Amino acid sequence: MTILIQLYMSFFWVGIFCVGGGYASVPLIQHQVIGIHQWLTMSEFMDVFAISQMTPGPIGINAATFVGTRVAGLPGSIAATIGFVTPSVIIMLILGYIIKKYGDVGAVRGILNGLRPAVVALIGGAAILFICMSLFGVDKIAINLAQTKYLNIIVMIVSYVIIHKKLMGVIGTLAFSGVLSLILNTVVTHI
Amino acid sequence: MESKTEFSQWKLFKSTFLISAFTVGGGYVIIPLLKAKIVDEYGWLDEKEALNYVSIAQTAPGVVAVNAAVILGYRLAGFLGMLTAMVATVLPPLITITIIAYFYDAMINNQYIKYALDGMQCGATVLIIDVAINLLRKQIKKKLVLPILIMLVTFIGNYFLHINVMYLIIMDALIGLLALQDPKYN
Repeated sequence: MTILIQLYMSFFWVGIFCVGGGYASVPLIQHQVIGIHQWLTMSEFMDVFAISQMTPGPIGINAATFVGTRVAGLPGSIAATIGFVTPSVIIMLILGYIIKKYGDVGAVRGILNGLRPAVVALIGGAAILFICMSLFGVDKIAINLAQTKYLNIIVMIVSYVIIHKKLMGVIGTLAFSGVLSLILNTVVTHI
Repeated sequence: MESKTEFSQWKLFKSTFLISAFTVGGGYVIIPLLKAKIVDEYGWLDEKEALNYVSIAQTAPGVVAVNAAVILGYRLAGFLGMLTAMVATVLPPLITITIIAYFYDAMINNQYIKYALDGMQCGATVLIIDVAINLLRKQIKKKLVLPILIMLVTFIGNYFLHINVMYLIIMDALIGLLALQDPKYN
C-alpha cells in the first residue's frame, strides 16, 4: 500500500510542476523515479520515453503508466496515472469555472484575446514539427533529405485528400493512415 | 453555432477515447484533433470558445492533453462531462502501456506495429496541418495587427528560440490584458 501512495504522491508533484507539455515532464519524472526513489535505472528510463513517444496517448501519462506498472503492476499504473492527473483536474475545474462565469468581463476577455493567437501559433508550430517528424524522422524543425521516408509522403497525401474532402472523420482518417502505412510498407519490403 | 450532432456523454467518451487511443505524440497533437472533432465535426462549441478553453489548458500545469480534455468536458457538460473526458483520455494509454510494460521487447521490435504507428503519425500530421491552416487563415483574414504579431512572436519564440511555452503564454496574456480588451479583438 505504501508503494502505491508513494507513486501517487510522486506523480502528483510532477503534475503540479510540469508546465508546457509532455517534454517538460521528462526531467521532473526523472528526478522522482531515479533521483528520489530509484524505481528505474537510467537506461530503463530512456526506454520509457522511447516507448511513450512511439505509442499513442499523452507522453506524460504513458510514462507514468509505464513506471507504475514496472514498480507495482496494474495497481501501480493506476495510482501513478491518477496522481498525475489530479492537479490538472483541480486546476482546470477552477479555471473553467472562471472563464464560464467571467469570460465576458473586460480583463478576462482581454487575456483570452491575447491567448487565442498564441494557441494558433503553437498548433501551427506543431504542424511543422510533425511534418519534419513524419518526413525525415527528426524530432525538431529540421530537414534531413537523406532520411526521407517516401512511403510516408504517399500516406500523407492520401490522408490529406480524405480529410480535405471530408470522406472520413478524424478517427477514421487516423485508423486509415495506419492501415495504409502497414500495407504499403509490408508490400515494399516483400518485393 | 448550430449543433450538428446532439450532445451525449457517450459520444464525448467515445470520441475522446478514440482520439487518445489513435494519437501518437502527445498534447499538441490531441488538441487540434479534439478541436476538429468537437468544433468542426460535432459543432458542440464554436471555434473561439474552444480556443479560449484550450489556451487555458496550455497555460496551466499538468498534462496538456488531459487539461484540454478536462476543461472542454467541463464546458460541455459540467462536472460529469469533465469526468467523462478525463477517464476517456487516460484509459487508452493506461491500457496500452500496461500491456506493453509486460511484453515490451516483443512489441517494440515488431516491425508491423511500427509501420502502423508510423502511418498513424502521418494521419495525425495531416489533420494538424488542416486545423492549423484553417485557424491561420481566419486569424489573418481579421487583419488585426497585434494578434498577428502575437502569433508570429510566439511561434518564433517557441520553435526557434526554444523559450518555454509558459513564459510566452504569460507574455501574451499580459499583452491581451493591457491592449486587447476592445470588443473588435473578440
